[in-house]
Amino acid sequence: MTSEPIPIICVACPKGCRLEVLRSEGDILVNHAGCKRGQEYARGEVTDPRRMVASTVKVLNAIHPLLPVYTSAPFPKGRIRELLAEIRKVELKAPVKINQVVIENALGTGIDVVASRDLE
Amino acid sequence: MTNLHYDVVVVGSGPGGLAAAISARQNGAEKVLIIERDIELGGILLQCIHNGFGVEVFKEDLPGPSYAQRFIQQVHDLKIDTLLDSMVLETTPDRRLFITNRKLGIREIKAGALVFAMGCRERTRAQIRLPGSRPAGVYTAGTAQRWVNVEGYMPGKRFVILGSGDIGMIMARRLTFEGAKVERVLEIMPYLSGLTRNYVQCLQDFDIPLQLNHTVKRIIGNNRVEAIEAAAVDEQRRIIPGSEEIIPCDTLLLSVGLIPENELSRQAGVRIDPVTAGAFVDSRFHTSVPGIFSAGNVVHVYDLVDWVTQAGLAAGKGAALFAQGKLAVSDKVVRTQAGENVRYIVPHTFDPNLLAEEAIPLQMRVKQPIEAPVWVEAVCNGKSVTRKALPYARPGEMVTLNLKPDVVDSFRESGTLTVNITER
Repeated sequence: MTSEPIPIICVACPKGCRLEVLRSEGDILVNHAGCKRGQEYARGEVTDPRRMVASTVKVLNAIHPLLPVYTSAPFPKGRIRELLAEIRKVELKAPVKINQVVIENALGTGIDVVASRDLE
Repeated sequence: MTNLHYDVVVVGSGPGGLAAAISARQNGAEKVLIIERDIELGGILLQCIHNGFGVEVFKEDLPGPSYAQRFIQQVHDLKIDTLLDSMVLETTPDRRLFITNRKLGIREIKAGALVFAMGCRERTRAQIRLPGSRPAGVYTAGTAQRWVNVEGYMPGKRFVILGSGDIGMIMARRLTFEGAKVERVLEIMPYLSGLTRNYVQCLQDFDIPLQLNHTVKRIIGNNRVEAIEAAAVDEQRRIIPGSEEIIPCDTLLLSVGLIPENELSRQAGVRIDPVTAGAFVDSRFHTSVPGIFSAGNVVHVYDLVDWVTQAGLAAGKGAALFAQGKLAVSDKVVRTQAGENVRYIVPHTFDPNLLAEEAIPLQMRVKQPIEAPVWVEAVCNGKSVTRKALPYARPGEMVTLNLKPDVVDSFRESGTLTVNITER
């Protein structure tokens, strides 16, 4: 039994290739992928969709009131709202260094939220 | 700051300016200065907190501030001087700059070579002539981005976004993250104006509806935006009577295009291409005024920062060579010409002798989308010079055709090179 093809637009790079995924008894077939990363992206998209998440946290004593942060790896798409609620609770004091961990092991995913820049 | 003479002066510290300054220093310019009007280096990258930067240059997927910081660090390591919180008031064709800031008052700076890297500005409500009342709550997407990501203000609760540019789509997601409701994205053209991947991860992921062939007919509200009247348009982009719909909202964001910021270039006598609204440049981004170079979104609007960095590196090298009197003046010049379905090509000219040493990337945009395999073909004197195949061509996605040194024999004389983009 092969499923109906699922159309997917790849976001692994700016090219935006249009892929197609077929599921057949535990097997996943990817068509039209322009590269290996596209293959992986399409597989992930039907089994465990993830996205990079970027937001800001409050920071005190700095030239700006906010510090930009992002996830160290793509984060489970279904839990992004939960993650944003966690990010909103954080309050830091300057100075902050780039890649400084702001939330460790966010929601138990093993993924950290880190600073996107130095801020003094 | 004691010395007011520099080998290379760069105006603007976004990705184009940072790369130009670094490259100028690395190519032998001793004294390099960056002038920036903000209080820190980095330009608009600092408010672009989303990831997606650096895939070409670093093979990494970085947020804007991280991408900027890698170059800012190099600027410091190379001991490049910076003037922050400083405005350039005027530039002259002989490369004198008049600048002002709180500490120095007004000063004159002389530049051996000058790189303009002022970036671009967003189109505003006035430039697209949106009818209706004039309440608070109508902003450009980039202004909203600065408020939300850097200054910590939310400009509204319920949004409509006009234009499917990248910044508008990215802000649709960002505002959703911060608890706002984005009702709709309207696009007057029959196709997306930003990158497809932004449609997927910014709109589709959050069920934000995109309506192509739609625009804002009227803004409604007295003190604050209360609603907008949306309408469908026909092929000539005229409003179709009877298609109107009132969408209640408190804020309208505009993501309707970017225009290179060339006030200073014009003062300095730099010739501007009416199609790109940026300078006419050669492959080193040398403008029509000797010693003045131009790099990044001030030349034409890119969709990837990585390409802006590449342009900055080329311009910085050209500026360093000029300042040292080493920039070769060629007796030959090849003009590039936008052919079938090509809106423009940058660079406008190149020195064929340079092509023997280094590849020259030609960057262009198509006029009309072709959702089928295409040829991008360069033709000189009726003969094909090089061509490449692409799966499709869209106005929102820049096309690059690399002229490699092995085609140098096609350009023994001065001439014209035409690029066509047609269905395969």
